[in-house]
Parts: sequence; C-alpha cells; structure tokens
Amino acid sequence: MPTESLSFIFLNAALSNNFVLALFLGLCPFLGVSGKLETAFPMGIATSFVILVSSILAFATNWILTTLEIEFLRLISYIVIIASAVQLVEMTMKKYSPGLFRALGIYLPLITTNCAVLGVALLQTFKSYGFLQSLFYALGAGVGFTFAILLMAGLRERLQLADLPTPARGAAISLMLGGLLSLAFMGFAGLGAH
Amino acid sequence: MSHKIDTRISWDTFLEGLWRENPVFVMMLGMCPTLAVTNSAINALSMGLATTFVLTASGFLVALGRNLIPSQVRIATFIVIIATFVTMVDYAIQAISLTLYNALGAFIQLIVVNCIILGRAEAYASKHRPMKSVVNAAGMGVGFTLALLCLGVVREILGAGSLFGINLFGANYEPWVVMVLPPGGFIVLGGWLLLFEWFKQRKEQRLLVK
Repeated sequence: MPTESLSFIFLNAALSNNFVLALFLGLCPFLGVSGKLETAFPMGIATSFVILVSSILAFATNWILTTLEIEFLRLISYIVIIASAVQLVEMTMKKYSPGLFRALGIYLPLITTNCAVLGVALLQTFKSYGFLQSLFYALGAGVGFTFAILLMAGLRERLQLADLPTPARGAAISLMLGGLLSLAFMGFAGLGAH
Repeated sequence: MSHKIDTRISWDTFLEGLWRENPVFVMMLGMCPTLAVTNSAINALSMGLATTFVLTASGFLVALGRNLIPSQVRIATFIVIIATFVTMVDYAIQAISLTLYNALGAFIQLIVVNCIILGRAEAYASKHRPMKSVVNAAGMGVGFTLALLCLGVVREILGAGSLFGINLFGANYEPWVVMVLPPGGFIVLGGWLLLFEWFKQRKEQRLLVK
C-alpha cells in the first residue's frame, strides 16, 4: 500500500490530475451535457455518487478476486458492478427523489459507459490503494469531474452570446475551450511538489 | 421487424465508417482514448488496431447471437462479450510489448467503455448478418485508427519534432511541448474539426452558387 496522505490523494484526483482535463476520462458527458448549468450540476453529482459506490464495491471485489487468484476476471466483474451500481442509483432516485430522476432522464443509464467510473475502479487497483485511500480517491475524482463540467457549462453559456465564425461553432470551439481549461489546470501541478 | 434489411455487402458497408460516419470526426464518439493516447503516432496506431480488433470480434459474436439474446438483457450481454475480448487484447499487448503496455496504461482496459463499440453492437451488429457486421465494424475500426493517426502524427511532429520515434528536424528544433501534454489533445482535435467544418461549408456554398 502506498504511503500517500489522504488529503494529497484527494487534491491530486480533484485538481492536479483532474480526471477530465488531465487524464481525459469522462469526456463524453463533459462535451455532451455541458450546454447548460442546470443539467451539468445534477449530472456531476449523480456521476460522483456512482463513482463512490462503484469504487467501494470494486475494492471489495478486487479483494475477493485476489484471494481466489482469478484476477483475469477483474475487468468483466468491474463492468458488471458498475452497471449494477448505476441501476441501484436509478432505483433509489426514482423512489426518493422523482423530480431529480426525471430531470436527469437518459443521462442516468449512460453513466455506465462513462470512462471516469471504470477509470477510478481500475486506477485504484493499479495504484494498490487501501480502503480509505480508494475512498478519498473516488471522492476527489467526483469533485474534480463536477468542477470541470460546471466550469465548462458556465463558459459555454457565455459563448452563446459571442460572435464566432460559422465553422467554429459547436464542437470545435468547445474542444478549444477544453484545451484552455486543461492548460489552466496544469498550473495545479505545483501542488504535487513537496 | 417490418422492413426488410438489405443483406448485400458492398463497398459502402466498409467505407461508411471511413468517412461519412467517421466515429471521431463526424459522430464524436470514443473521445477519451482519442485524446488520451494520441501523444505519439505509435501509441495512436496501436490503440487504433486494438480497438479495431475488439470492434470486429464483438461485432461478429453479437451478430451471430442476435436471435438468441433476449432484448431485456442485451446491453449487459454485449458489454460482457466486449469485456472478454478486451481482456484478451490486454494480455496480448502485455506479452508483445511491455513498453507499449505501460505507455497506454489503463486505456487498454478502458476500451470496454468506448462508446463506438457498444454503439455499433447495438445499432448495427444486432440487426445484421455476421459477415456484413464484420465488414462494417472493420470499416469503423479503420476510420477510428485513421482519426487517431491524424491526431497522433500532428501532436508528435509539433510536440517532439519526430514521427514514429524518428527525429525530423535535427537538434536545433525547439519542441512545442504543450502539444504532447493534455491541452494539446483538445486543441489539435478542435483544429481538425474546424478544418473539416470549413471545407464542408465551402463545398456547400459552391453548390449553392452553381
């Protein structure tokens, strides 16, 4: 188990190695759902929650798989866990908060194919984090994802008023903005130095 | 199904994925590996080939079992099929080249959640005959590989002054390092999209003038 402190792991996942802007995980919702602030925020929260649940489940599964020495099943088990976690979140939300459930609509089941979720599960295994470390890693990843998607949504709302040349409208300018945000986040790299 | 599906295999089946429905430039799918592993041309090429293999193999298997898989559990079945092939690729790359394996990192296993593969399984392979699905999947795979190469080549030339590891400009070239770092991926892809959109609009305007 690596000796990194919990606060370092959290900050590393949220800022200096931001999941979206530095590791390129979870780009599809980052580009697809960042048009408006009011959909971007619940999307960030729901994804963070799935990341957290599946990270805990993945930790337990990895322990079982390692004990039984059947690590080659890791990828298949993780993806099944994530799909079930998304289903769980969907059912809980439907029961206790139907309003939010309707607002998120199709985006909820699509969290299954969000690479950030599988990314957290795989990376915490590669880095052989302990339970608490995995938990903080997952929390940081969720916060980082929400932060990035909110920043992007805010920028894109303003961009609608800008006078852009026609070919640049849509995807091209969003990617350029992503590049600039990513450049800004590189500045956080100094946080990693001791 | 009410309408009859064309079972013939033509060049169009293959070429569809190459240009008209190019997964990266037109459909904007599979963004994560597109941006993450294209910091050098060789990484881009191997990622493209690995994805093509998974795409073709899973397309074949899904098309073969398309009448056996109950529609309620189809997504889960598809993803387990895909995950099996990805595990195979993962172990194969680890055996062939450890340097490449370390360079691609978690992104080999993340092929599972590449939306292109699940998208093709759901939208194409589950409705067509095995051979036709394979041809279409191969076309999509080649289209994806070409798109990755477009990014990888530009980023490696600008960011490291080399191509496939061969130095191009000599010792005096000052590499534009940011291009091989994360921001470069966003900016280069944005640039390519801008270029294609500009060409498309110019062509449309010419047609209007005529």
